[in-house]
Amino acid sequence: MSKILYKEQLSENVFKMRLEAPLIAEERKAGQFIILQIDEEFGERIPLTIADADKEEGSITIIFQVVGLTTDELSRLNVGDNIPVLVGPLGNPTHIDKYGTVVCVGGGIGVAPLHPIAQAYKNAGNKVIIIIGARNKELIIMEEEMRKIADELIVCTDDGSYGRKALVTEPLKEICERNPKPDRAIAIGPPIMMKFCAETTRPYNVYTEVSLNTIMVDGTGMCGGCRVDVGGQIKFVCVDGPEFDAHKVDFDNMMARLTEFKDIEEEKHQCYLESLAEAKIIENEEGEEE
Amino acid sequence: MYRTPEELQQTAHNLFEEYLPKIDALKNKDRIRIPVQEMPSQDPKERVCNLEEVAIGYTEEEARIEAMRCIQCPTQTCVRDCPVHINVPVFIDHVAHGKYQEAANVIKEASLLPAICGRVCPQETQCQKDCSVGKVFKTVDKSVSIGRLERFVADWERNTGVVQLPHVKPDTGKKVAVIGSGPAGLVVAADVRREGHSVTIFEAFHKLGGVMRYGIPEFRLPNNIIDQEIDSLRKMGVEFKTNFVVGRTRKLTDLLEKDGYDAAFVGTGAGLPLFMGIDGENLVGVFSANEYLTRANLMRAFDKKHADTPIYPSKIVAVLGGGNVAMDAARMSLRLGAEKVYVVYRRTQKEMPARKEEVEHAMEEGIEFRFLQNAKRILGDEKGRVRAIECLKYELGEPDQSGRRRPIPIEGSEFTIDVDTVIVAIGNGSNPLISQTTPEIKTNKWGNIIVDENQKTSMDRVYAGGDIVLGAATVILAMGEGRKAAAAINEMLAKDIETGESKKTVDVN
Ligand SMILES: Cc1cc2nc3c(=O)[nH]c(=O)nc-3n(C[C@H](O)[C@H](O)[C@H](O)COP(=O)(O)OP(=O)(O)OC[C@H]3O[C@@H](n4cnc5c(N)ncnc54)[C@H](O)[C@@H]3O)c2cc1C
Ligand code: FES
Repeated sequence: MSKILYKEQLSENVFKMRLEAPLIAEERKAGQFIILQIDEEFGERIPLTIADADKEEGSITIIFQVVGLTTDELSRLNVGDNIPVLVGPLGNPTHIDKYGTVVCVGGGIGVAPLHPIAQAYKNAGNKVIIIIGARNKELIIMEEEMRKIADELIVCTDDGSYGRKALVTEPLKEICERNPKPDRAIAIGPPIMMKFCAETTRPYNVYTEVSLNTIMVDGTGMCGGCRVDVGGQIKFVCVDGPEFDAHKVDFDNMMARLTEFKDIEEEKHQCYLESLAEAKIIENEEGEEE
Repeated sequence: MYRTPEELQQTAHNLFEEYLPKIDALKNKDRIRIPVQEMPSQDPKERVCNLEEVAIGYTEEEARIEAMRCIQCPTQTCVRDCPVHINVPVFIDHVAHGKYQEAANVIKEASLLPAICGRVCPQETQCQKDCSVGKVFKTVDKSVSIGRLERFVADWERNTGVVQLPHVKPDTGKKVAVIGSGPAGLVVAADVRREGHSVTIFEAFHKLGGVMRYGIPEFRLPNNIIDQEIDSLRKMGVEFKTNFVVGRTRKLTDLLEKDGYDAAFVGTGAGLPLFMGIDGENLVGVFSANEYLTRANLMRAFDKKHADTPIYPSKIVAVLGGGNVAMDAARMSLRLGAEKVYVVYRRTQKEMPARKEEVEHAMEEGIEFRFLQNAKRILGDEKGRVRAIECLKYELGEPDQSGRRRPIPIEGSEFTIDVDTVIVAIGNGSNPLISQTTPEIKTNKWGNIIVDENQKTSMDRVYAGGDIVLGAATVILAMGEGRKAAAAINEMLAKDIETGESKKTVDVN
């Protein structure tokens, strides 16, 4: 069980929470994630990357976007509420070393998990170039935090409402063309963005890592639901990853697999929203009676 | 052919009237004449729509008549072949005489989880394999139904409501960490706690019981049976920490060096489901049996109305494999609404490792078995979803190392079966979490933890047992290893206490 200590809405659909989790805060390293469940009996298990941790307070920070039933329910919880199931830290920490120049690319909500990794690269003595992107200005998160770490920060939006009007792959390509080219890249964001980042760096032979966020059930290597094809081999994201060589990941297959339960998930989410609406009507009716 | 519980009970009743008056004068030839008492079960047509237990269990009269079939032979192969050596003839004699509490006491001397083992043990390859009664008829099918009797006794005791808790000795001040709450871990916890040591079970999941909870379905092993075992442990003072992944949430070495545990038992079970390595295995609609069953059981996806966890809406399912896991997945998919379910197995029914009763039940339920066939590749549609499997036909060749005849593919025999879901149930590798994070523990090339004859690992004060040592095995073998490990842990701690030696501990709080 874990108590919500802090909650903030970062944009229309993006929330930040600090959760009480002293053991996880103690152990976690950049790149790792947790799994949580909103209801111990009937809840589903969803993985979320740990964006930050505070050992003193014994807390971890998660940043999530409402994309379905569980994230929606989570977003409706408030400070003081408890999350019944929280387990972690899971997955392998990012391998941090001094490589030279590292380009860190974050798309949308992917900026959150990217933050501790960029910080760790910086602490290890790398020159860190950060590119963050989103559809529009509203959806740009953690710009200030990133600016503190970055030797160079590039912000772009799809619609040009803030920063440069471009997809993140544009500046990434330019950086790859520099002389000397960067020594390493890491991209975290929507699968389609990671796929195109991989395609962008491939011709320049810049080793690129991606952090995959697949469907998961247990998160301990028991179910294989999180499997992806990496270089023709089956890998389990929860125990072999979550980070992999971007140039070897079969993104098309991964994206297809992410839609495995899409219809049912949407249906369940819809039911939930309807039940909320109904509850509201009843509440209002009761209110009227008084 | 399916016979209703009422019909079976009527037959048993008639036999009972006939045999009871002469129970102590029965000759072997009389006993052998008694027909095997079938396990009463739910009507196949009804049970495929619910999750209730399929096998209902003997009535008293059925149990006593079945028990009278035992000729109390001196060879006692049943005791020899039981992995924990239950004194079978003695408990069966008690059942024949209606002395169920005495029977329960005999079983519990050797086994801690009889209600579970009576339901899931592969008796036909263990205690019932060389039963003298079966030998007379030259078929294991006619052996005394030891497993059904064990279950009867365990259920009888549970239903009386006075399951006696084992006596717990006064506190010794020693602490033992048990990692994993499957049968191996539960048994270690019970045996170690009895000696007065404090015990904490760490479990990665939010629910306890290991495979018995997330893998084996309700219709074969109801959750309330597992709950009751866990409740007993709780009453004995065992502590539980769920949502705790040892190796990740806290290192095993930290438990021992910083948190003051004097010993640890690793019972983390099998893990890493194996895939066939064929084309199309990553298509949408291909699942490991572990994933499929975990969604349905642990995450309650069977209850489509309440559960948030989705399950794939399958119409035609192919399950690849021939073990218990394959049977469970096939039968679960039927209960989840599949219209047609195939089990594709590359050998014949005779070689199937699944419990016989499960195979029979699956057949009764209308599952179609495709023997001597195997998937060669899985075919997808333009959206990357499963559309069919392409299979090869097989024939049996010479026996291999396991003694089973080796299946050989017949060249050019390819054909396809249209399906929308494929469930792969061909076995498991080993759970990598502890070995990944605790290099001190030595493993073999398959990742199974290496132990000595006392279940001790290469790491000081750390023991292991169950599937993580054996590879995917059985509940009873996991339990047997747990008992051995507990005995060794108890002995080590007794020595510590005797020599007054206490491990240096640092209080982290
Ligand atoms: C579908 C299915 C059907 C089966 N049917 C039968 C049958 O009919 N008869 C039979 O005898 N056997 C059957 N088996 C096999 C049997 O269930 C196993 O052999 C037995 O459960 C193994 O027990 P165990 O204690 O070693 O591990 P498990 O039961 O696997 O339990 C291990 C536990 O450890 C937890 N864990 C893992 N890693 C960690 C960690 N790092 N920290 C904390 N916790 C951790 C896991 O979550 C799990 O709960 C079946 C198995 C399956 C999957
Ligand atoms: S989530 Fe189950 S194996 Fe990775």
